Amino acid sequence: MAIEIVQPSVGLSKIAVSQTHGENSPYFSGWKAYDENPYHEIDNPSGVIQMGLAENQVSFDLLEEYLETNLESANWGQKVSGFRENALFQDYHGLQSFRKAMASFMEQVRGGKAKFNPDRVVLTAGATAANELLTFILADPGDALMVPTPYYPGFDRDLRWRTGVQIVPIHCDSSNGFQITPEALEAAYDHATSMNIKVKGVLITNPSNPLGATVQRKVLEELLEFVTRKNIHLVSDEIYSGSAFCADEFVSIAEVLESRNYKDAERCHIVYSLSKDLGLPGFRIGTVYSYNDQVVTTARRMSSFTLISSQTQFLLASMLSDTDFTQKYIKINRERLKKRYEMIINGLQKAGIECLKGNAGLFCWMNLSPYLEEPTIKSELAIWNTIMHEVRLNISPGSSCHCSEPGWFRVCFANMSEARYASLVSAMIINIIKFSIFLAIIF
Amino acid sequence: MLSTKVTDCNAHGQDSSYFLGWEEYEKNPYDSIDNPNGIVQMGLAENQLSFDTLQSWLDNNPDATAFKKNGQSVFKELALFQDYHGLPSFKNALANFMSEIRGNNVTFDPSNLVLTAGATSANETLMFCVANPGDTFLVPTPYYPGFDRDLKWRTGAEIIPIHCSSSNSFRITKSALEDAYQQAQKQDYKVKGILVTNPSNPLGTSLSVDELQLLVNFISTKNIHLISDEVYSATVFSSPNFVSVSEVLKNKNLVNSEVSKRVHVICSLSKDLGLPGFRIGAIYSENKDVISAATKMSSFGLISSQTQYLLSEMLSDRKFTKTYLSENRRRLKHRQETLVKGLQKARIRCLKGNAGLFCWVDMRHLLSSKTFLGEMELWKKIVYDVRLNISPGSSCHCSEPGWFRVCFANMSEKTLMFAMQRVKSFVDAMSKKRNQPRHEQIRISHARRTKSLPKWVFSISCNPLEVGEIR
Repeated sequence: MAIEIVQPSVGLSKIAVSQTHGENSPYFSGWKAYDENPYHEIDNPSGVIQMGLAENQVSFDLLEEYLETNLESANWGQKVSGFRENALFQDYHGLQSFRKAMASFMEQVRGGKAKFNPDRVVLTAGATAANELLTFILADPGDALMVPTPYYPGFDRDLRWRTGVQIVPIHCDSSNGFQITPEALEAAYDHATSMNIKVKGVLITNPSNPLGATVQRKVLEELLEFVTRKNIHLVSDEIYSGSAFCADEFVSIAEVLESRNYKDAERCHIVYSLSKDLGLPGFRIGTVYSYNDQVVTTARRMSSFTLISSQTQFLLASMLSDTDFTQKYIKINRERLKKRYEMIINGLQKAGIECLKGNAGLFCWMNLSPYLEEPTIKSELAIWNTIMHEVRLNISPGSSCHCSEPGWFRVCFANMSEARYASLVSAMIINIIKFSIFLAIIF
Repeated sequence: MLSTKVTDCNAHGQDSSYFLGWEEYEKNPYDSIDNPNGIVQMGLAENQLSFDTLQSWLDNNPDATAFKKNGQSVFKELALFQDYHGLPSFKNALANFMSEIRGNNVTFDPSNLVLTAGATSANETLMFCVANPGDTFLVPTPYYPGFDRDLKWRTGAEIIPIHCSSSNSFRITKSALEDAYQQAQKQDYKVKGILVTNPSNPLGTSLSVDELQLLVNFISTKNIHLISDEVYSATVFSSPNFVSVSEVLKNKNLVNSEVSKRVHVICSLSKDLGLPGFRIGAIYSENKDVISAATKMSSFGLISSQTQYLLSEMLSDRKFTKTYLSENRRRLKHRQETLVKGLQKARIRCLKGNAGLFCWVDMRHLLSSKTFLGEMELWKKIVYDVRLNISPGSSCHCSEPGWFRVCFANMSEKTLMFAMQRVKSFVDAMSKKRNQPRHEQIRISHARRTKSLPKWVFSISCNPLEVGEIR
């Protein structure tokens, strides 16, 4: 994604000329460095290794195998009536077969520990759209959503840009593995109140991006207690739910609600997507799952602005209804991600670098704070710059994720094929070791 | 607990009389064999006439749906492709297609295109880019009911109507433009631009060169934007030929000028290719700032890369596009004539149309009273007694009662002709009744009243929309 500089212009809206889309942040210049000089083992071994992209490329072979044996899912069985009906289908309720398949897939990803009703599934073109849509529904311009730090940089745009809603950070730190505490929740809420900002809800990502860790059950219960007490909403972005290395370690808010017989559920909403778990970000498949009828109805109507192509709904309805395929996929995908994670953690340890103990996601949360000149964002960005240009690694600095402790970095490990992974990790470790030596010389 | 976008429940426009027609159709849909007494759907502006042409292209080009290019798999590449700049091959093909539709009288630069999930998304995105909450756009009436939602709901923008009347075939006049502009000023609304649909929904006519020049001059003087929603561009089936605002700018030597940076075109493949489910829309603008902002905003409604790929292959096949465009026009023309002739037999006239998937039908002479109440009564009769779902002009903000939009491209020809027979029977029965003794008329009207609708149906501000529908 190239960065474009927007010149203010007479005749455009305030939203159009604002910087709230967030694309001038340092996060994106790492992209640029990679785009200009991409690493290749043979053609460009001194290029920049891309480890800033949270994509899941580990299981494409399984998807391709499915497609080869199920051609009719992509060509409507070559029937005119199939194609015609699908091409005409623009009902914002979404293809019923797809909603059913999606609900069933969401259940499988949670190991059957929670049930999902297809009639509560609202389809959107990606989780980006789902998060924005929910924000439009839950909050008015000027209101706020509380979000634990560190968080996905895209939220600054998705939750705030066109909605006019603010983000109030819930500060988390390494003293307890960056878990959300009741004290941090209260502090954030009080801070908002003191600035006369109306908090409308809390939005968490579970498993967390960028931490690469699931939210503990106890924390979910505390969150539920907090939002109920304050009479606000809880949005749980669970787009990485299928990437928990062990199914047992992921607890969805849906499970917690089910175990309480859905008491207070009408303030809870889940965002899901197939971009990370199935590795299909290009197909734009997202969903808002809400336990609140009014939210479901409104979200459905709003989804007119962001419908999923019926061609894609048809394909995925077929794929996700095939439970033999989905069970196999979910299991193998988890195993492969776990292996990748272990390989990179071990490699980094050899280079003397520690990471947060992770159990999910497509990335690890690396701790370079011991190497900072001083514990400031400035130092963090200085080291990041060096990593980009000297070590030649594109990774994401914690400050771009609003982390309150400088020195942490997100390193992605799933955005390259199986064949290339091992050699990339070696190259990365070699570069880091060289860098460590380099740092040792400087400091 | 929820935002004002939810609680201000009419802003999405779905609690309207139009909904009733849909509901009635869904409860009792016509089928020539299974339900010959059911309601015929003529309220849906879909193009169902050319699927065979599309299917035969698909049959001859299996790679396009099999994620293959020249026999090689491109699945992974497409699955990962989420760049909001869009698939270059698709944008190139779309730009060429747009040009072809306009008789190659004007060319489009793919880098000035922003892809969106349908024109619904394109219109809203463009509004977010050019209007602040409270800003106003002038829109000629009658207009597509969905604009009330698309332009206003989440953007907070306002619409002020430019009133057009049957006295001059609903053409846009300078005085109507001025009036609307003054009206906005009087209410302290800041006018940011004008939005026109060309060809027009619901009129089924394309804008004349005079009207386009009038519009360009007006926005130039007032220093405002012009959005030209051209989603029906390939449905122009008879003269005059379609003239896009882009052509007018070119002919006036205004390309790359100050004013051309305030003109933006909306396109889509939902009407022209009959693929509303695939969500393929685009904004075209020479204004780099608009393109930049709209491109970023398109993140909220990107087109599936699977679909971009299919359409890039299809639209790059110039032999196919040429055949498709001419055949599609020919079929639309034939259908429109069938509808017009059928209505003529029932002594009902239409506005002389040359485009679209519908006719703008004059039923003023059938109104019991020349009011919107009269229009609703007539509409009710048509839905319940004639059993046709058509769209009342009031739902399109028409300022004169008695006009209805009747679609002709979303059913088989047989069904269309059958519907026309029903209309004729209805009109014949009505004339007979008019010639009946008074006491007979009272008896019948009492019987009818038992099927009355709730009061809200008769409210004048009717905004339609429901069940995924649409235009």
